[in-house]
Amino acid sequence: MPVVTFREAVAEVLREEMRRDPRIFLLGEDIVDYGGTYGVTRGFAEEFGEKRVKDTPIAESVIIGAAVGAAMGGLRPVAELMNINFAMQAMDQIVNSAAKVRYMFGGQTSAPVVIRTAGGSGVQLAATHSQNFEVYFAHMPGLKVAIPATPKDAKGLLTTCIRGEDPVLFVEHAALYGTRGEVPEGELLIPLGQAEVKRAGKDLTLISYSRMLLLVLEAASRLGKEGIEAEVVDLRSLRPLDVATIVTSVRKTNRALIVEEDWYSFGVGAEVAARIQEEAFDDLDAPVMRVAVEEVPLPYAKNLEKLAIPNVDRIIAGVKRLLGR
Amino acid sequence: MADAAVTAKGIPRDVDKPAAVDLLRQMLLIRNFEDKAAEMYAKGKIGGFLHLYNGEEAVAVGAISVLRKEDLVVTHYRDHGHALAKGSDPGRCMAELFGKATGLCKGKGGSMHFCDASVGILGGYAIVAGHLPLATGLAFAFQYQGKDNVVLCFFGDGATNGGDFHEALNLSSLWKLPVVFICENNLYGMGTALRKASALLDIHKKAAAYDMPGERVDGMDVFAVREATARAVAAARAGEGPTLLEALCYRFRGHSMADPVLYRGKEEEHVWRARDPITTLRARLEAEGVLSTEEYEALEREVTTRIEEAVRFAEGSPEPAPEELYTDVYARP
Ligand SMILES: Cc1ncc(C[n+]2csc(CCOP(=O)(O)OP(=O)(O)O)c2C)c(N)n1
Repeated sequence: MPVVTFREAVAEVLREEMRRDPRIFLLGEDIVDYGGTYGVTRGFAEEFGEKRVKDTPIAESVIIGAAVGAAMGGLRPVAELMNINFAMQAMDQIVNSAAKVRYMFGGQTSAPVVIRTAGGSGVQLAATHSQNFEVYFAHMPGLKVAIPATPKDAKGLLTTCIRGEDPVLFVEHAALYGTRGEVPEGELLIPLGQAEVKRAGKDLTLISYSRMLLLVLEAASRLGKEGIEAEVVDLRSLRPLDVATIVTSVRKTNRALIVEEDWYSFGVGAEVAARIQEEAFDDLDAPVMRVAVEEVPLPYAKNLEKLAIPNVDRIIAGVKRLLGR
Repeated sequence: MADAAVTAKGIPRDVDKPAAVDLLRQMLLIRNFEDKAAEMYAKGKIGGFLHLYNGEEAVAVGAISVLRKEDLVVTHYRDHGHALAKGSDPGRCMAELFGKATGLCKGKGGSMHFCDASVGILGGYAIVAGHLPLATGLAFAFQYQGKDNVVLCFFGDGATNGGDFHEALNLSSLWKLPVVFICENNLYGMGTALRKASALLDIHKKAAAYDMPGERVDGMDVFAVREATARAVAAARAGEGPTLLEALCYRFRGHSMADPVLYRGKEEEHVWRARDPITTLRARLEAEGVLSTEEYEALEREVTTRIEEAVRFAEGSPEPAPEELYTDVYARP
């Protein structure tokens, strides 16, 4: 199997799908001359022309609103929101247009829009540029949220999103673009709402997604050397959320720790913990616990930022707390 | 473009010689600060995004030179120049870039979020156009309190196509607020040329939609910027409401340190570099007999020393204490 970067996997899907379906077009800030802030769309304008690869002003509300309109008009827009931090500018269009036109119009129309955006913290971008907002969107019925951690999942999920009938926020962690992994050649469709057990174990379940998955896997392998066998579940999409896979794993291990690159309060971890209590309360040997970002806007200073974001040591400490060691 | 009150080569009547030299000193200080920041970024002493102001010095210095201390400035993430022009200490600015406890924001803001309330710079904001409504509110606070102070709000050409621009200018004009909106039109928003992002290229004409005066000035000419801002500020102080100024300028470097600048031609860069606001001002002052070569060199030495001191201060400063992670989240814990 070829080994490719996350960036290449995403670009490859976009290219293949654009060749396949002439209704697909891309729009976003700096995606033509600049090639996308993270270089995903480099060379796209040359191949597909500026009719299908469209630069926009810095105007997130109209980027998403226009994408929704175009989708209602029969096209298949893939909108690039340069960064999830700027999704706030488009919040109304995502929440009140994209997510709702199908439902409130009784199924007469739909907005099959894929909103690709980069997220993540950890490179000293300070409070307004280091936010993980995926949970805001996972909160909304009508919208789907895919958030892959590996190049293979990026390929399989993005293909599904583009061919799907629903609006979806597709979150690419900025620090993952350069990471590599095996990706099968040819068509690959991974349904949303299917978590994956990335590592089998029996002592506890570590639940995570996006970049935190890589840290969790590293923590699990270090714990393995100490004789602690952690099972690792990668959520891959937040809505739909694959509760069945989570619960199956927890029934086996009887303990769960959720690791997220987001604030502790009201986050994905809170949701997952609640689902586990609802469905597997009798199987739990300990309360479900969480490792998350400290409850502060992210600071710029390197030393402080490091303290704020979960790292492998903190995950291991969390595991030991959970196991009572 | 340049106003009649400014002769082609000369110094405007209301600027005396020491004041003219001081404008040059401030521009040199900003240029040196930015070059040093680039160097420190390359050495890994500065992290995150670093957006430099090289080439645009005349805009901040010219505009801010007409302000009083109590007047406020809000600006975007390309904010070092505005802070320095408003009087922030270069050492504390550099310390902020280094993420040190002695920085303007205790190391919590970084390059994109300079704030120094003590000199009236009420923040650099990193969400494009997000601060324009804040300028509106700050101006309202002055009006409400019966003060005759003004707010200068700086932003790029790219910011004029977002919704916040429209909402802020409309409300400011409707309420006749003492705010001057200064668009630093450097012709690009990241890698996207203005002509690809704005249906109207004459940004100052957007003022018409809000029934406020709009004017374009030569942003490479510190006196032209100063003159136009002085008029707008006077109108704002007099209760006549906001103005939209468009300063035509050019950023000599990339959008940020991560930008290899592949989207614009070398020729274009040469044309604008030939209009470097610092070298042209220097030439003008020398031609007027206000500044000798020796005096200019002394200025350069003075500025270089200050920036070296700033770096030493930043280097020698402590990192924020770990407990600082949790301070200032709320007024009270
Ligand atoms: C709402 C929002 N969208 C996108 C960005 C990313 N971004 C940062 S700076 C920039 C370009 C802004 O250009 P302009 O306003 O012309 O200012 P300049 O950098 O030229 O001074 C972009 C797109 C952002 N910070 N905020």
